[in-house]
Amino acid sequence: MQFFGGSEISPSPPAPTATGNNAHMMYVFNRNGVCLLYREWNRPLHTLNPQQDHKLMFGLLFSLKSLTAKMDPTSAEKGNLGVPQLPGQGCSFHSFRTNTYKLSFMESPSGIKIILVTHPRTGDLRESLKYIYNLYVEYVVKNPLYAPGTPIRCELFNTTLDQYVRSIA
Amino acid sequence: MRRTSSDGRSSENAELFTLTYGAIVRQLLTDLEEVEEVNKQLDQMGYNIGIRLIDEFLAKSNVSRCVDFKETAEVIAKVGFKMFLGVTASVTNWDADGTCCSIVLEDNPLVDFVELPDTCQGLYYCNVLSGVIRGALEMVSMKTEVTWLRDMLRGDDAYELQVKLLKQVPEEYPYKDDE
Repeated sequence: MQFFGGSEISPSPPAPTATGNNAHMMYVFNRNGVCLLYREWNRPLHTLNPQQDHKLMFGLLFSLKSLTAKMDPTSAEKGNLGVPQLPGQGCSFHSFRTNTYKLSFMESPSGIKIILVTHPRTGDLRESLKYIYNLYVEYVVKNPLYAPGTPIRCELFNTTLDQYVRSIA
Repeated sequence: MRRTSSDGRSSENAELFTLTYGAIVRQLLTDLEEVEEVNKQLDQMGYNIGIRLIDEFLAKSNVSRCVDFKETAEVIAKVGFKMFLGVTASVTNWDADGTCCSIVLEDNPLVDFVELPDTCQGLYYCNVLSGVIRGALEMVSMKTEVTWLRDMLRGDDAYELQVKLLKQVPEEYPYKDDE
């Protein structure tokens, strides 16, 4: 089966397919900001080098999480902006949408962040992200050759992930 | 002979697990000779297991973030131990500020068939469990200290682990701002 190249270093844009592969790209970060996985399926424009791109994405989400939690009108807590929060605490933002893409986000209490960027008409991907987290557990965490906290290099995980993402987007 | 344990799993799997763990401890005793060293290794092994186990636990059990340490201890005892060892533990002995408690196990699958000989006094046979709890909690931002208070292999009437919360470590922004 065909799957698109997408390594963590310098992915070359894949040829567009006829099947509706509407997912653009995906990131997985751990709690220390290390980008464990970057997969790219459909990204015509590259403006930054990969390291900057990952930092930007992580920083964006870190700030968004903090902001959305502090602005929560239903929360009784009066935290200060800028005070770091425990992962999973407070309200959790799960997606934002622009006119050209939708970014879906999931964070586990252990700090694993999964980000999926798709076309703007995608529905709620929370269940899908949970499923991807399960895939991560099965193929990566349980893999004794994988050292936690390092970039993921498991071909089986990549393959299964590509297959799954193709089926949801 | 095939008995099924109360959670429906064939106990042949459980026996293999118990025997494998026993073999590991025996090998460590042979390699390291010092009981204290073996205790430390078991704890380290447990820690390495715990930092991975936490993701499996979170994915399978679907619990959301615990509000406080009390809830955390309950979840470990009721959900965690049940999921991975097939036994339920209970939480007792809370201290005044809710940062220290005991988890008590009546039943412990690791120690089926085990008797400690006199040459192994001082060995915490189940020390891998204390490492697992410490490792798993560290991945959810809690630094803890886990020690054994009671150990049936040493003559007590139950297994009691003391779990003490040292501090919560919230996520810091990991990149320096100067680039």
